[in-house]
Amino acid sequence: MALKEQGAITGIGETGYSRNSGKSVVALQMEASLAAIADAGLAPTEIDGIIAYAPSGVVAEDFVTNFGIPDLRFSATTPMGGASAVAAVQCALAVVATGVCRHVLIPLGRNGASGSRIGARVREMPQFRVVGEFEMPVGAVAPVQLYAPMARRHMELHGTTSRQFGEIAVATRRHAALHGNAIMTAPITIEDHQASRMIADPLRLLDCSLESDGGAAVVVSAAERARDLRQRPVYVMGAAEGHPDSPSVISQRPDLTTFGLAKAAPRAFAMAGVGPADIDVAEIYDCFTFNVLCQIEDLGFCRKGEGGPFVEGGAIALGGRLPINTHGGLLSQAHMAGLNHVVELVRQLRGEGGATQVADAEIGLVTGYGDMGDGSLAIMRRG
Amino acid sequence: MATEAAAKPLPEPTRDSKPYWDGLNEGRLLLQQCAACMKIRHYPRPVCDGCYSMEVAWIQASGRGRVHSWTVAHHPFHPGFKEELPYIVAIVDLDEGVRMNAQMRGVTPGEMCIGLPVRVIFERTKEGVTLPAFVRIP
Repeated sequence: MALKEQGAITGIGETGYSRNSGKSVVALQMEASLAAIADAGLAPTEIDGIIAYAPSGVVAEDFVTNFGIPDLRFSATTPMGGASAVAAVQCALAVVATGVCRHVLIPLGRNGASGSRIGARVREMPQFRVVGEFEMPVGAVAPVQLYAPMARRHMELHGTTSRQFGEIAVATRRHAALHGNAIMTAPITIEDHQASRMIADPLRLLDCSLESDGGAAVVVSAAERARDLRQRPVYVMGAAEGHPDSPSVISQRPDLTTFGLAKAAPRAFAMAGVGPADIDVAEIYDCFTFNVLCQIEDLGFCRKGEGGPFVEGGAIALGGRLPINTHGGLLSQAHMAGLNHVVELVRQLRGEGGATQVADAEIGLVTGYGDMGDGSLAIMRRG
Repeated sequence: MATEAAAKPLPEPTRDSKPYWDGLNEGRLLLQQCAACMKIRHYPRPVCDGCYSMEVAWIQASGRGRVHSWTVAHHPFHPGFKEELPYIVAIVDLDEGVRMNAQMRGVTPGEMCIGLPVRVIFERTKEGVTLPAFVRIP
């Protein structure tokens, strides 16, 4: 069966974002989830599906216990790192379309700043077993060190520059400063980006996302239920996930400059019945600036290799031809593994964007990227 | 103990990869080759993705290749590498058609480029493990 518009995002919730929440990860996820459920006008006991974020250690059973959910009919995880949140939207769409569930909760929360750091976390994940055996021992231990060769190859093949990466950091920071719930709000310039210290060449400090504390959640409801709830529904027009060749080991990938998103994008656009030219606003997973540039190409906004010129001159800032990451993204708002991108897209398509609202935003997209190159994409429209 | 350098992450060989690590210890770069269709693969794994045979042979690689891409690590994500910063990790296209990554020796970041010809060397760590590294071929 066709999944197009069989489900809608009916509720969104977020905690405040910070570097030291003072709360447990379970509490952060409950707080954000209760906000999302209330936003939808539902009672917590009406949630009948949960797609938990496995790396956080919080499982569906925690919600059953805390909310007293009497009859959970579906639970799953979408183990794709930063692509998990948007892949969960596809999964939720499938289960509400087929009648398994009415209201699926997608929670996410972490103490990424005050809890364990990324370098320690990745070494314990089974999907990095091969990298752990062969690449970490020679000194490629953190994601940025594994991703940097992709950026370097893009620069060498296509003439992409560090200043072009800086365009993404600068535009994103501008949006964070306007948003109201973002950790990094001090304005930055391209020169600030160029002066920031090198982390893993060619990626500098201001190319890297934050480590942060907080929680976010969304509710995906069956379309026929969504119409009767509190908020104007935001319909999921198309959704897909894609896994790159050599999904766990970047070094063995035939093309270092193409992500799994390149496989997902044609499927999601075909399901939605729209193309890149129809997109008014895009929330693009931004663990590092290069990943945004590469995804802009993989989504088809420009050809492979043209992402550098595409992002120049304010094109991706508010008022530009493709405003991206209107909340400040992982680079400047907070690192909620991309569920904050889903929340922000819904806010934009409801017209609740406030100071970062894209005028007349009707159709938008949100991407996920994770686990060395997995991709996910959801295209949504305002109801 | 406090004066010693922090321990590095060490490889934990599996039944599929043990010959590779044994080879490095003997100063040889070994690669898996499918015993049925002769396709060479890396990193070591149990199934040939060309013909699904699980019969494995090991061949000695030339150790020569060309740089595919690289990074220069500046930030200490792991205490075991802190004293080596900055260092270059290169992804190399081996002549046998597969890739591997390892640190570069005797090359400055400014000399790195796609296609730079390199050959493998073997370095014994103080933990008693042999790791590959690359040097440029003049």
